[in-house]
Amino acid sequence: MVVETGIAFKLPHPKILGDPMYLTKEEELALAGEYGYAVQKAMEILVALGDVYGADRLIPIKSAQIAGVSYKNIGEAGIEFLRDFVEAGAKVSVYTTLNPAGIGDEEFMDRQAEIIKLYRRMGVDVTATCTPYYGANLPKFGDHLAWSESSAVSFANSIIGARTNREGGPSSLAAAIVGKTPNYGLHINENRKATVVVEVETELKSFLDYSLLGYHLGKTLESDVPYFRNLKPERLDQLKELGASMAATGSIALYHVEGETPEWKTAIRDKVERIQVGREELEDIRERFDTEWREIDAILIGCPHASLMEIKEVAELLKMRGKPLRIPLFITTSRAVKALADALGYTEVIERYNGRLLTDVCLVVSPIRDWYSGIATNSGKAAFYFSSFGLKVRLDDMEKLMMEAP
Amino acid sequence: MKLRGKGIVKGKAEGTALVSRKPLSFLGGVDPETGIITDVESDIRGESVAGKILVFPRGKGSTVGSYVLYALAKNGKAPKAIIVEEAETIVTVGAIIAGIPLVAGIDVSKLRSGMRLRVDGESGEVEVVD
Repeated sequence: MVVETGIAFKLPHPKILGDPMYLTKEEELALAGEYGYAVQKAMEILVALGDVYGADRLIPIKSAQIAGVSYKNIGEAGIEFLRDFVEAGAKVSVYTTLNPAGIGDEEFMDRQAEIIKLYRRMGVDVTATCTPYYGANLPKFGDHLAWSESSAVSFANSIIGARTNREGGPSSLAAAIVGKTPNYGLHINENRKATVVVEVETELKSFLDYSLLGYHLGKTLESDVPYFRNLKPERLDQLKELGASMAATGSIALYHVEGETPEWKTAIRDKVERIQVGREELEDIRERFDTEWREIDAILIGCPHASLMEIKEVAELLKMRGKPLRIPLFITTSRAVKALADALGYTEVIERYNGRLLTDVCLVVSPIRDWYSGIATNSGKAAFYFSSFGLKVRLDDMEKLMMEAP
Repeated sequence: MKLRGKGIVKGKAEGTALVSRKPLSFLGGVDPETGIITDVESDIRGESVAGKILVFPRGKGSTVGSYVLYALAKNGKAPKAIIVEEAETIVTVGAIIAGIPLVAGIDVSKLRSGMRLRVDGESGEVEVVD
């Protein structure tokens, strides 16, 4: 690591001392309970977070993306909270979508359905995907948002140039109800500047390469804003995966790519730390996930949820393969994308080769260890989570996965 | 002894301190039914947070941890107040939805388990009562 100068600007960092946030008269009334208990609690959350992180005021948001959907994650405690909130009259006031749900046994699915129902009663569009931008919830440049799915946060900030912090489930719900979020962190110009320049010294070709780069940097950097040089992504999916892997192994919520992403021209300040990444670092990550095929009992594509192009690619590779897979292939995606895949005939091809498109769900937030012990995937994010749950993982290119799988 | 921090969640409480020297994870780290700390990395594992003034440097782990504080309150096993060095999203949101007074910005190395504390979540004052 070559350090030119040490501008160590990590964010967001709690500021304990400082003035309390400015509130308008209407916000004061909301905080005093004038608009009911649910709005009051939501305001309390936003005001406390604003004070903790040194925000000057609340700013309007265009949309919200809520995490805390899977029953595996939020459990009975989360259901109880959501139910109490709904009964107190909680309604979202901006366009809001959900993160993926979990899948499990009958009892699990029953509880999962209860969670979805509660969000629906709050006025949320209950499309449950980590890629809302491939369908229902696509922000534009400069929009302020309160999103809470780390890969979607990275996509919105980096690729679209919208602005959101990495929210938690309850804080994004509070923002959705009030329609505002505290003005701190990545909502502020200054905090969107690069804190480290990453010189990529090897040619990145596949989706897998971007997975590996993201995985490596998430582990190496802190909550930095990396600025990439020598990166020429051919497809949007590759950048999606880069951001998702960085956000999974680390806490990076924004990156810039020279000549590619919308804010790159204004991202660099005078002196920024520089690091180099070569093929060696990428291979080092890949070697950690080289479980033999005989120990793999399922394949996962679609972490984050697959785009139509990824699904098309799978269908074409399976046709070239020419014989069905002996282990199941799961492709997780949004309902919007699956509808297209159905209409275009890709779903039918994939099913013929022992593949299945799953919508509204995520295997990472499902009790997957009950069913499988080894997973093959092309996603660095999925590899990270599955291995942390104690599963064996094989990480490889989509082409190799489809051609070499038993 | 009086310490002054910043009041984050309003409310007053008096009780016995339970002090963790390490950051605390609520999701998977505290049993919402009993209030007992189960986090294997915790230095106060096996203790119950119920009815205590819970003191620790900062929260860690999943943001879903906020819901665990809510469940503790619903089950009558919540701490009476929380004191941290650094407030972050998990504990801040959890304390609000659970209605637990929260003071941040306190040097927690000055506090020990068993001390009798008076906490004011508005003024940010923590008093050690002899």
